[in-house]
Amino acid sequence: MPAQVITIASGKGGVGKTTAVANIAVALASDKSKVVCIDGDIGLRNLDVILGLENRIVYDIVDVIEGRCRLKQAMIRDKKLPNLYLIPAAQTRDKNAVSSSDMIRLIKDLRTDYDFVLIDSPAGIERGFRNAIAAADRVLVITNPEVSAVRDADRVIGILESEEKGPASLILNRLNPALVKSKDMLSPEDVLDLLAIELIGIVPEDENVIIASNRGAPVAYDAKSRAGQAFRNIAKRLKGETVPFLDLDAQGSLWERIQRLAGRK
Amino acid sequence: MSFFDRFFGKKNSANSAKERLQLVLIHDRTDLTPAELDSLRDDLIATISRHVEIDVKAMQIGVEHDGRSQRLVADIPLKAARRKTRKTR
Repeated sequence: MPAQVITIASGKGGVGKTTAVANIAVALASDKSKVVCIDGDIGLRNLDVILGLENRIVYDIVDVIEGRCRLKQAMIRDKKLPNLYLIPAAQTRDKNAVSSSDMIRLIKDLRTDYDFVLIDSPAGIERGFRNAIAAADRVLVITNPEVSAVRDADRVIGILESEEKGPASLILNRLNPALVKSKDMLSPEDVLDLLAIELIGIVPEDENVIIASNRGAPVAYDAKSRAGQAFRNIAKRLKGETVPFLDLDAQGSLWERIQRLAGRK
Repeated sequence: MSFFDRFFGKKNSANSAKERLQLVLIHDRTDLTPAELDSLRDDLIATISRHVEIDVKAMQIGVEHDGRSQRLVADIPLKAARRKTRKTR
């Protein structure tokens, strides 16, 4: 079966795109899929450090596009998972070094040999973002339950609709259940009501995410972490499995309503 | 939210976030500013008044959303209808 090409975008920076790509990639690869992730943020690469592969970079995506190396030479194999690869972004170039047709051509070569190609989009809605969605079969929009992140997510969803890349699916990242309960944070229902797209995952705020990125070993490896569990669930949903959304303590009735909202129950 | 905020009827912040976002998203999605909506309202009044008499003060116009699609909704009470019923009596 040819690869599913999935781009993760957000509009706003700092909502967790790179962390989500790294974790979904690790979760998919731990579950036997062959995965390639591509850092689409030319000039501001970060997926390499989140995956702990920063010391292994020899060639990058711009070297492939400009013919200085073969595609395989720029693919870094993960330390723990032999079926997980990273194509790093160039750090000393800018987004103009890559075009949408370059991305489409590069990904075409990956489609036959892998199960998933995950693309980490840069923040913003300009060229880098357009490149990142050019070859995508599916786009996951990630946001936080916070006004500016939701507003920017809505812009991205609007652009995806007009580019006929939709319907996008939503990852709601860094949800704080206690704040939702005291009605000082937008609830998943609020965000879904505002953005009106399908939900694919809710990731609770979890300090283990920071600890994991300090170590360069994504939290999806951590069996006890709730965020890790949430990312593993997203990976399962991408494979077509039906997985109930996390029940975040004492949120029973609320979470049941969310599940109903998302058509999972 | 503290006890005092609750006591003095201060709205919880999640609610204000949602309400503010609802308005902002309508304008972002339609590219229609409140000023443009006002001028649209004036044009509508002028056009419709050429055909029927309307109750301008009771007229309401706004953008509602249904999923991801937006709908312009205008409620325009007619004055002429009342005059007609009086005549038939």
